[in-house]
Amino acid sequence: MTRFEPVLLANIEKPDSHTLKVYEAGGGYAALRKVLASMSPHDVRELVKASGLRGRGGAGFPTGLKWTFLPKDHPGPIYFCLNADESEPGTFNNRYLMEFDPHQVLEGLIISCFATRASTAYFYMRYEYPTAWQRVQQAVDECYGAGLLGKNILGSGYSLDIYLHRGAAAYICGEETGLIESIEGKRAWPRIKPPFPAVEGLFRKPTVVNNVETAACVAQILARGVDWFKSIGVPADPQNPRDAGSYGPKLYCLSGHINRPGCYEAPLGITVNALINEYGGGIRGGRKAKAAIPGGISMGLLTAGEFDCPLDFNGPGRYGCLGLGTAAVVVMDETVSMVDFLHNSCQFFAHESCGQCTPCREGTAWSLRLMERIKAGKGRWKDLDLLLEIGDNIGIIPGTTICGLADGAAWPLKNAIRKFRPELEEYIKRTNPQGYAETRAVPALQLLGIH
Amino acid sequence: MSATTERVLTDEMVAEIQSLLPRYPSKQAVTLPALHLVNERLRHVPLQAVVEIAGILDLAPADVQDTLSFYGFFKQDQPHGKVRAWVCRSISCHLLGADEVLAHLSRRLGVKPGETTADGRITLEYAECLGACEYAPCMLAGTTLHRCLDTQKADQFVDQLR
Repeated sequence: MTRFEPVLLANIEKPDSHTLKVYEAGGGYAALRKVLASMSPHDVRELVKASGLRGRGGAGFPTGLKWTFLPKDHPGPIYFCLNADESEPGTFNNRYLMEFDPHQVLEGLIISCFATRASTAYFYMRYEYPTAWQRVQQAVDECYGAGLLGKNILGSGYSLDIYLHRGAAAYICGEETGLIESIEGKRAWPRIKPPFPAVEGLFRKPTVVNNVETAACVAQILARGVDWFKSIGVPADPQNPRDAGSYGPKLYCLSGHINRPGCYEAPLGITVNALINEYGGGIRGGRKAKAAIPGGISMGLLTAGEFDCPLDFNGPGRYGCLGLGTAAVVVMDETVSMVDFLHNSCQFFAHESCGQCTPCREGTAWSLRLMERIKAGKGRWKDLDLLLEIGDNIGIIPGTTICGLADGAAWPLKNAIRKFRPELEEYIKRTNPQGYAETRAVPALQLLGIH
Repeated sequence: MSATTERVLTDEMVAEIQSLLPRYPSKQAVTLPALHLVNERLRHVPLQAVVEIAGILDLAPADVQDTLSFYGFFKQDQPHGKVRAWVCRSISCHLLGADEVLAHLSRRLGVKPGETTADGRITLEYAECLGACEYAPCMLAGTTLHRCLDTQKADQFVDQLR
């Protein structure tokens, strides 16, 4: 198979790829110049809608459609937030773009702001990316110096300011309304929707929140056209009117027990097998694979037998996973204990639950307590049923929480227990031969370091 | 709060916080940038600083404290060390030995995660995914990412700080 020629990552190996000079030498900002000279915001919105671009941040909502939810003829201001709070375990594609090609992100962001008639954009970046922070700030400064930002950009009459805003190590800020609350200076508790941000968002004004990679895709769609974008990926199923398709290139993050971990660009729909073997150089140490996370830990688990799963917006769902998520594939080899995996997953979500909704706050904390007890050799088979009960009852899908964090906490539980139950039962019986069948209430263990 | 009401924010810090106000239509939105600004200078945000930030932003101190305490990022009782070292413990790093690295550093430095060495040089922390999974296990110390760690590399990192 010939490798896909990278587009989003085309610049990253050039020396000084993060500078305006190098970006412009490669044709950068030509799309923005074309947009400002010859297109209306409406034209850009229609073009992005026609491209079928779906948000790259995790939920996969069609970007152009999201933009059209903004009220028509609104007197303003309309705000734009760029979500660079990438924190999903296993995910680092936004960091690649911001460190090695920040101008591509900014070009897409400026075009997106023009399309949505926003005159202020907040670039919300997680605290853990100091290099990306410095490079994006430098790129923004370069843009102001070159007349690509500020008042009357390139003489078009369109004005835009971009401000960087820094997070403080909280996963929940990646949820779009949590992000909005965080910018407003409050605790990042997600809001009840509706109203959706497009109607009432940041500072109670219409707001669009898009992901970094989505912005980069917007720049490429304007540079290369809708036909180019739609020629890549998996077309919509004509039998299913609700399928929006999976068009375009995607940045896949590959890590874990893999020979060549990294960020790779491939058409949407590449299989886990192809990603591991053609890009990742296979499993480390010649071992066998056992399982993989398909798109960040929130998406659940695929068994090694399910690695034919295509990584498009519909693929992982057909294998019982939550979805494509951030397309971050974490591969686990045969030495990994599912007890250990689940404990790590529960630890993450117990730490990152924002505490607003009781089912999530209590569900994630108790699932960690149960996993702690199982890991310590005091587990019972009944605990697996309790964990499943938590998994089936927390989240947006059962309808018990405001945001999807709890669904992300639930999916690893549900997938690991339903796909690896014999292994988990064997571990519990082996490590707790006296008490594995106990069903009466037993005390929880003291926890070390959730917070 | 301590009995002293001596100001902890310098005139420069106040001016820097005020310079951010035009970026947002609400003063409260400057809360997080102000906390970062103070934390970078003082390596913690004591309660007196919270009171002073609230004064600049026309907020009740409780509003600022509410936001601050949500993040669990800003220390309040005493400054963190010269270097704050975040060892990632999320899944990709965990699979490749992050626990051993964190336990090793903890033993070597004689502190638990969240604590600062007696000489004030290092604060050891665990982190959830640092977004550098291709370099697992990794650690962010100050603004430097330490890649593909093992106990030897962790030792070298400590040696260089001494």
